Amino acid sequence: MSAVDVAARSLPVARPVSTRFFRSELAMVFGRRRNQVALAVLGAVPILIAIAVKLSTPKPGDGGPQFITQITQNGVFVAFTTLTVVIPIFLPLAVSVVSGDAVAGEAGAGTLRYLLVVPVSRTRLLAVKYATTVVFALAATLLVSAVGVIIGLILFPRGAATLLSGNTVGMGEVLWRLFLSSLYVAAGMAALAAVGLFVSVLVEASVAAMAATAGLAIIIQVLDAVPQLHAIQPYLLNHRWLDFGDLLRTPMITTNVVHGLLIALAYAAIFFSLAWARFGGKDVSS
Amino acid sequence: MTTTTQPSTGSLDRDAAGAVPAVSTHGLTKRFRGGQVAVNAIDLEVPYGSVYGFLGPNGSGKTTTIRMLLGLIAPTAGTHELFGLSMPSRAGQILPRVGALVEGPAFHLHLSGQANLTRLDAADRTADPRTAKKRIGEALDRVGLTVAAGKKVRNYSLGMKQRLGIAAALLQPRELLVLDEPTNGLDPQGTREVRSLVGSLADEGTTVLVSSHLLSEVEQICTHVGVMHAGNLIRQGTLEALREGQVARVRVHTGAPGEAAAVLSRLGLEQVNRQGTEVSAALDGRAPEEINAELVRSGVGVRGFIVDAPTLEDVFVALTGEGFDVSG
Repeated sequence: MSAVDVAARSLPVARPVSTRFFRSELAMVFGRRRNQVALAVLGAVPILIAIAVKLSTPKPGDGGPQFITQITQNGVFVAFTTLTVVIPIFLPLAVSVVSGDAVAGEAGAGTLRYLLVVPVSRTRLLAVKYATTVVFALAATLLVSAVGVIIGLILFPRGAATLLSGNTVGMGEVLWRLFLSSLYVAAGMAALAAVGLFVSVLVEASVAAMAATAGLAIIIQVLDAVPQLHAIQPYLLNHRWLDFGDLLRTPMITTNVVHGLLIALAYAAIFFSLAWARFGGKDVSS
Repeated sequence: MTTTTQPSTGSLDRDAAGAVPAVSTHGLTKRFRGGQVAVNAIDLEVPYGSVYGFLGPNGSGKTTTIRMLLGLIAPTAGTHELFGLSMPSRAGQILPRVGALVEGPAFHLHLSGQANLTRLDAADRTADPRTAKKRIGEALDRVGLTVAAGKKVRNYSLGMKQRLGIAAALLQPRELLVLDEPTNGLDPQGTREVRSLVGSLADEGTTVLVSSHLLSEVEQICTHVGVMHAGNLIRQGTLEALREGQVARVRVHTGAPGEAAAVLSRLGLEQVNRQGTEVSAALDGRAPEEINAELVRSGVGVRGFIVDAPTLEDVFVALTGEGFDVSG
């Protein structure tokens, strides 16, 4: 074949925007048995809490998670209570599993080299992997909230609710604030996912990446709980995670929530960039 | 990236026929951390339309070279182009034209063969989603996996995975196929099938770069050969050019080896060698039938008469002074 023929051959043209890979990744993540189990466990938490509260009404001063005493007045508080329960460990664990597996899982299976020669540019691969993990974090959070609302409204009173500030608002307003709270929680988890993605490009065994990310998530919980470390605590990723309760006041107190969002954004930007810098020039020899 | 790239001059390397080679490398080198040189300044040239056998023992640097060609690992030194376009900077334009099987097949075991191919196709921005199903079906059909398409890859044999890997490389029409040890793990029947598949792809005009540590396997389908040894490309060229200088040998089994040897020497054959009841000599362009006739005329009882064409194995031994075994 002559050079002219080669040049005349119609060269493959890449569509500028294609969501096919992203959709295929979503199907992979949500189709994974392991991830489905994680979602099922998370979805079971509000049911357990609702049943427990139904069987034994908690009284103020009994302790227990934030909002648990409000449940008997309004079922939607099952969702808020559950968020409080799953934020420290359950949600971070689920996010650690998915984000730690993102690149390391492909490297371990050997499929990473085949994706790269398709070709998928390394930047696009990371972007798609990260976006998929963020969607998973959001879905997990919304699932917890949705199941909480449903079981709460089945077992407990519905209608107007009394906020933390003492005002009473309608059902629609409470659900709106629950939605905002869920988004806020998901934002924190999305930032953790960026940390997991970075760990995932560092190692080639996905189990190691998942464990390391989950370990980090637990370590920051410990650091945030030690009073002597208050100087560094405002910079910890999880420091403002539980402050979504500020959204349940009228007017909403946004100082801490905005601080939490800025921290999440900073962590996401820094760790995604680190992952990109590391992965961009990495020799893929798995 | 730690690539030391030279600025592209814009001019293309062309071979004598004026065609841009499918692959050309210039001083391509990979030194691993710890200083081990896996690939040492090789100048590989795979002519467009050729079937290039990339040969060498395990550990001679073939897979490392292939990984560099595809942009998976960065060269320590040197440059390379595919279709005259510089890698890795033009990877986005180059790689859609390349199908590759690198160091064995790898798939998600919990997905079916078809689902794995669908995923790879989805990742390809140059692939038309409307034809995906058809193309995937054709690729599976071409490697004979249609029946097993819905089975989880976990339940595939190594040979089936290997074939699925080749199917993945064939999802789109390709100009270049890079097949790293494509017959690893295949039984003799599977090996024959892969060989005939490569042959038919080559007939369609696809350039094929096929690596192997089994010389005899590749010898039958290649037009060009490059021989790696301990990180160096010690020879490359057409198969005939490589065999040049290597002579066929004639082997005679006889009850009278002494007389046979005398006849062969009288005929002017060189390197006459006697071993038990076998006498061998370099054929050196002589017609074997004349030699046989002369043996019979001289009263030597010929029990067996064999002509050994020079094999790549012989070429390799001649080049390296070593057998084609694992090199360290």
